[in-house]
Amino acid sequence: MCGAPEQTAELPAGTDLSKESVLVGKVLAGGSPVGGAYVRLLDGTGEFTAEVVSSASGDYRFFAAPGTWTVRALSRSGNGQSEVTVGGPGLFTTEVSVAA
Amino acid sequence: MSRQDALVSADWAEQNLDAPNTVFVEVDEDTTAYDGGHIPGAVKLDWKTELQDQVRRDFVDKAGFEKLLSAKGIGNDDTVILYGGNNNWFAAYAYWYFKLYGHQAVKLLDGGRKKWELDGRKLDTEVPQRSQTSYTAKEQDTSIRAFRDEVVNAIGTKNLVDVRSPDEFSGKLLAPAHLPQEQAQRGGHIPSALNVPWSKAANEDGTFKSDDELRKLYEEQGLDSSRSTIAYCRIGERSSHTWFALHELLGESDVKNYDGSWTEYGSLIGVPIETGPGQSGSGS
Repeated sequence: MCGAPEQTAELPAGTDLSKESVLVGKVLAGGSPVGGAYVRLLDGTGEFTAEVVSSASGDYRFFAAPGTWTVRALSRSGNGQSEVTVGGPGLFTTEVSVAA
Repeated sequence: MSRQDALVSADWAEQNLDAPNTVFVEVDEDTTAYDGGHIPGAVKLDWKTELQDQVRRDFVDKAGFEKLLSAKGIGNDDTVILYGGNNNWFAAYAYWYFKLYGHQAVKLLDGGRKKWELDGRKLDTEVPQRSQTSYTAKEQDTSIRAFRDEVVNAIGTKNLVDVRSPDEFSGKLLAPAHLPQEQAQRGGHIPSALNVPWSKAANEDGTFKSDDELRKLYEEQGLDSSRSTIAYCRIGERSSHTWFALHELLGESDVKNYDGSWTEYGSLIGVPIETGPGQSGSGS
C-alpha cells in the first residue's frame, strides 16, 4: 500500500539490514522532538522521493537506495533539513532540526 | 474542466465549512489521522476498507458505492469537497472514483490535510452525524479508467505516464522509499513510458503547481498533447493525482488512470518490461 505507515523507532518485522538501507531519525526543535512534522526525502538532485509524518516522539523512517539524500522537515514551528549518504545496506540515523 | 471547477483553496474551505449542500470528506488509507482531528464537519472515507472490494481486486460495484454514500449521508445534489493526507493521493483517487460513478459536483481541497495543518487551521475530533440519503450512482464512466489490455496496446502509440519515483521507474525499488520493500513482482516500467513523478506537479506544501508550470512540465517531459494519455503508478492513487492535473486542471481531453498500475502490469506473464532510466523528452 502507498499510505505511510505509523512511524516508530522500531523497524518493521522482516526488515533485513543486511540487504536493505533504512534511514531513520528524529525531528527536533531546540532539542525537543517534533511530532506531526512532514518529513520529505529528496534525492541527490533535490527531487522529491517520499514523505512521512513524524510520530509523537519525532521519529521518521525511510527505505532508501544507496546515494546521497536530503531529509527535509516542514512543521508549524518551522522547516529544516539534513543531508545523509547511504553507502549500502544498514541503518543510517540522521536528526533534523527545525527552527523553533 | 478548469482549476476553479476542480479545486478549492484552504481559505475558501474555511469560509464554507457550513455551506448548504456541501460535504467535506477526508479520504485516507489509514484513518487514524481523521480520528485524531479533522476539518470540522468532515466525514471520513477509508480508501482500503470502503472504496475497495474486500474479496476481488477491484472497486466496490455501483450498488456498493450507492450504499456507501447513502450511509455517509451524501446526496446526489451535494457538492463533495475531498481532502486527505499523503499530498491528497487518496483524495485525488476518490475524486476520480466519484467521477467514475458519475458524481460531477466534486472538488479537491488544494494542499489537502498537509497545508491545512501547516497553516494551523482548526481541526476537530467530533464525528458529524449526517442523516442517511438514498444515493443513486451512474454506471462506471470507463472513458477515464484504463484496463491492462488497453495499456499493452498503448505501448508506443499513446502517452504512457509513469508517475512513480525514478528509482521505482528504473526497477531499483518496487515500492516508494517510505515503505518496506516486500513486493515480489518484477521491477521496471512499461516500454515507451515517460517518467514524470507525481510530485513534480505539486508544491512542497501539497498544493498543485500553476497551470502554466504544469503545462511546461509535461511539455518538457515529452508528453504529446495530440495523443491520448494513460497515467499509472503502483496501485493507482499517485496516478490519480496526475490524472487530476492533466484532465481536470489542464483540460487534456482523453486521459485515463490505470488503477491496476505496476502491481498488475509487473505481475503479468508475457508483457514487455523495460528497466533503467528510460527515455525523457527535451532530448535528455
